[in-house]
Amino acid sequence: MSLIGAPVRRVEDARFLTGRGRYVADMTLSRMLHVAFLRSPYAHARIASIDTRRARELPGVAACVTGDELASCARPIRAESKMAGYRATEFPALARGKVRFAGEAVAAVLAESRYAAEDALEAIDVRYETLPVIATPEAAMAGDATLVHEAAGSNVLLSRAFVQGDAEAAIARAPVVVGGRFRFHRHAGVTLENRACLADWDAGARELTLWSSTQVPGLLRETLADLLDLPAHRLRVVAPDVGGGFGVKSALYPEEVAVCALARLAGRPAKWVGDRREDLLTSTQAWDETIEVELAVHADGTISALRARVVADVGAYSIHPWTASIEVIQVISFLPGPYRVPHYRGEGWGVATNKAPMGPYRGVGRPVSTFVTEALMDRAARRLGIDPVELRLRNLLRPDELPYRSPSGVVWDSGSFVESLERARDVAEYERVRAEQRRGRDAGRYVGIGVACYVELTGVGSAIPASPGAAINTGTEGATVRVDPGGTVTASFGLACHGQGHETTLAQVVAEELGARLEDVRVIHGDTAAGPAGTGTYASRSAVIGGGAAMLAARALREKALAIAAHLLEVAAGDLTLADGRATVRGAPDRTLTLREIARAAYAGAKRLPKGMEPGLEATRFYDPYFGTASNATHVAVVEVDPETCAVVVRRFVVVEDCGRIINPLIVEGQAIGGTAQGIGAALLEEIVYGDDGQLLTGSLLDYLVPTAAEVPAIEVVHLERPSPTTLGGFKGVGEGGTIGAPAAVANAIADALAPLGVEISELPVTPERLFRLISPGGRPLR
Amino acid sequence: MRDPVTVRLRVNGVECQGRCEPRKLLVDFLREDLGLTGTHVGCEHGICGACTILFNGEAARSCIMLAVQADGAEILTVEGLMQNGKLHPLQEAFREHHGLQCGFCTPGMLITALDLLQTNPSPTEGEIREGISAVLCRCTGYHGILKAVEAAARTMREA
Repeated sequence: MSLIGAPVRRVEDARFLTGRGRYVADMTLSRMLHVAFLRSPYAHARIASIDTRRARELPGVAACVTGDELASCARPIRAESKMAGYRATEFPALARGKVRFAGEAVAAVLAESRYAAEDALEAIDVRYETLPVIATPEAAMAGDATLVHEAAGSNVLLSRAFVQGDAEAAIARAPVVVGGRFRFHRHAGVTLENRACLADWDAGARELTLWSSTQVPGLLRETLADLLDLPAHRLRVVAPDVGGGFGVKSALYPEEVAVCALARLAGRPAKWVGDRREDLLTSTQAWDETIEVELAVHADGTISALRARVVADVGAYSIHPWTASIEVIQVISFLPGPYRVPHYRGEGWGVATNKAPMGPYRGVGRPVSTFVTEALMDRAARRLGIDPVELRLRNLLRPDELPYRSPSGVVWDSGSFVESLERARDVAEYERVRAEQRRGRDAGRYVGIGVACYVELTGVGSAIPASPGAAINTGTEGATVRVDPGGTVTASFGLACHGQGHETTLAQVVAEELGARLEDVRVIHGDTAAGPAGTGTYASRSAVIGGGAAMLAARALREKALAIAAHLLEVAAGDLTLADGRATVRGAPDRTLTLREIARAAYAGAKRLPKGMEPGLEATRFYDPYFGTASNATHVAVVEVDPETCAVVVRRFVVVEDCGRIINPLIVEGQAIGGTAQGIGAALLEEIVYGDDGQLLTGSLLDYLVPTAAEVPAIEVVHLERPSPTTLGGFKGVGEGGTIGAPAAVANAIADALAPLGVEISELPVTPERLFRLISPGGRPLR
Repeated sequence: MRDPVTVRLRVNGVECQGRCEPRKLLVDFLREDLGLTGTHVGCEHGICGACTILFNGEAARSCIMLAVQADGAEILTVEGLMQNGKLHPLQEAFREHHGLQCGFCTPGMLITALDLLQTNPSPTEGEIREGISAVLCRCTGYHGILKAVEAAARTMREA
């Protein structure tokens, strides 16, 4: 049986289950100092003065540093992009001149303990002169608006449009046009591990090591080298065990720059471990878009045109490397979904406000675009009296239409769009639920069924960057696979795992392709000193690109191992098999060499090797899938709404997903269910709220509600497993998809349940309060 | 700040003592003074449950207790689950049923599940959901955890 596709139990679990995981917060270095940041209480203010004298004198305090002091040893992060019309901004490690969001760091204390460091924060005197707070994109775009970044010259940091055909004319001609104004509120990723970093400066060797809770150690190394004026080979970045990422840990953060600079200034290791309040205040947030949109359909339900104007609140800073564009560009790129859309115009604006920066979060833009498009599909279906599944079937791209170039220029290489919808309809017993719904309505019960179809670009190669124009190469990854002299295998990657189980899945790929035993393969990741050059793990890329690189490297080794074995056994390489760590002559099972024996020969040198063969048994290969590949799924939610309490219960949830060839079904299911749970949270519970004064009102987990086991329903996952025709191994990415489909499916199910009341869901999350206002605009309960 | 005080307690069956400021959180004491970093800090306000330990036999959140409150107490942390080199049935079941991904909530989840099964050896699915709703997991959607707790309950009943 192939190891690729086997439900192998994870090798990383043993350390996590026994308390031996090693996260940044767990690490201690001798002479280590603890960092605490003083954070701005105001959303927008000029810093008139900072006096750190009292703080410096407190017991246990080693240093207290302001933005001006830090500026001499760390350049500000500058989020550059080649995108036309984009205005780059700078994000200093500690604020200089003014603060742009509540929670921005203005000073740092280094002390013998975190307790002492926090004591010292209270002794720093900062005088602020408050500035008008830009609390919304509308206010930011007003003619006389105060600028968040004076140097940018505008609060509109970017604008972009994708156009195909003539959407205006098609909408004017169409018999049916549905549309509206949609809103998906601000969201937080809430990794269970808060962000943390630890830097160690070796003044003698002039070398810096940064351990960080990051998804992108390779990217950090390259960028920090520039910001700190250190050659990159003197900088090592390690992502040890990382407690969840979801995109939130895929940017370079000011704290990472500051901690490096502070360690260098103090000549002692410096560690910062963010607390939850700091996480909710300062980690990148997601979505926060308003979408004005129209969908035009013909009388038979086929789509004629889609037009959208999307305004994104990108917060106070554009982040490196993704810039402020990452969310809104994805929304306008993917609004057409897996459908035939002849005419399209999608325009997007990214607008700066005095809030935490916007960044990528699981799904990036597509949870928003899918919510909007799928809601419009249901509205069109209702208007035409066509069943929503049937309407989708009339518009979904069929296999014979692929590859297909979408209106925004994305190429869908393949897809099982129709098949996944039909399968989901059947698995969810769609007709039976409809019958139950009719009976329930007669009894005053509100049951609804919601469908959402999506396609996502995963494993993006160099042709279409994950973030157009951004200063990062997202299209390649490498793998170094070595058969150790003792016959075991070490495979190292530039990827960085934060829960995906790469130590298991990539070992499966290497073992299968090389012919090694699984237990003999060890995967190393997340350390720029250990693996080939790479950026990290994000954008559902690791199985596709890292897996592809692993295949190429393992195949090269297999070929060499077979050549060595053939030489030693005096047979032709073609007469040998290599499996389970053993090369064997076909038909002669006693003529065999273990990988250990082959490795010994390889490292012994020319004497035991075929003439001219280089010694050693190690290969590094890089992989670029060029376009990337399409993953797709259909989500079906069955909900019941209690019109009195406005509680929504998700009674059933079905996911029919296609992530191509599956490496490990346990892990694919875990990703699909985990992503879906986050999507359900986004639909019903999770919302970052700011006051008009720019103060975060959801600064604890009492206020920002993450779903618990009591809210997440059983989620049934069906795998279609249609291999990608364009990627090595046939793999497609699966990390994000769950979060893309779920909000739309839940929103559509609620709207379906409440269709008799004429309720439409245009705003997420659907909190009980919002639902109450929708059900009873006059403020009176329904019954 | 006050002068350090001595805290004596029994952790994972071993008598321990340390000196810390009276304001020191129990979780920080376990992690920094005793070196038991398996217990994690996720929120410091008693919501996420990552820091859950058994305190005199009952689940408690070590991020909202002071170390001095634990003087004389008997504590179990994730490091104490494994006995004689053998994984606890809950640990085995979490591995078997993919009940963890990033591993950060796992120590608190294991201890919370242990507390649940000690008081209710045969929980229904609803009771497991309610029991483990004391701990947030952001990765798994709880599916693997539910299956793991069900399986561990069976194993522990049969043992």
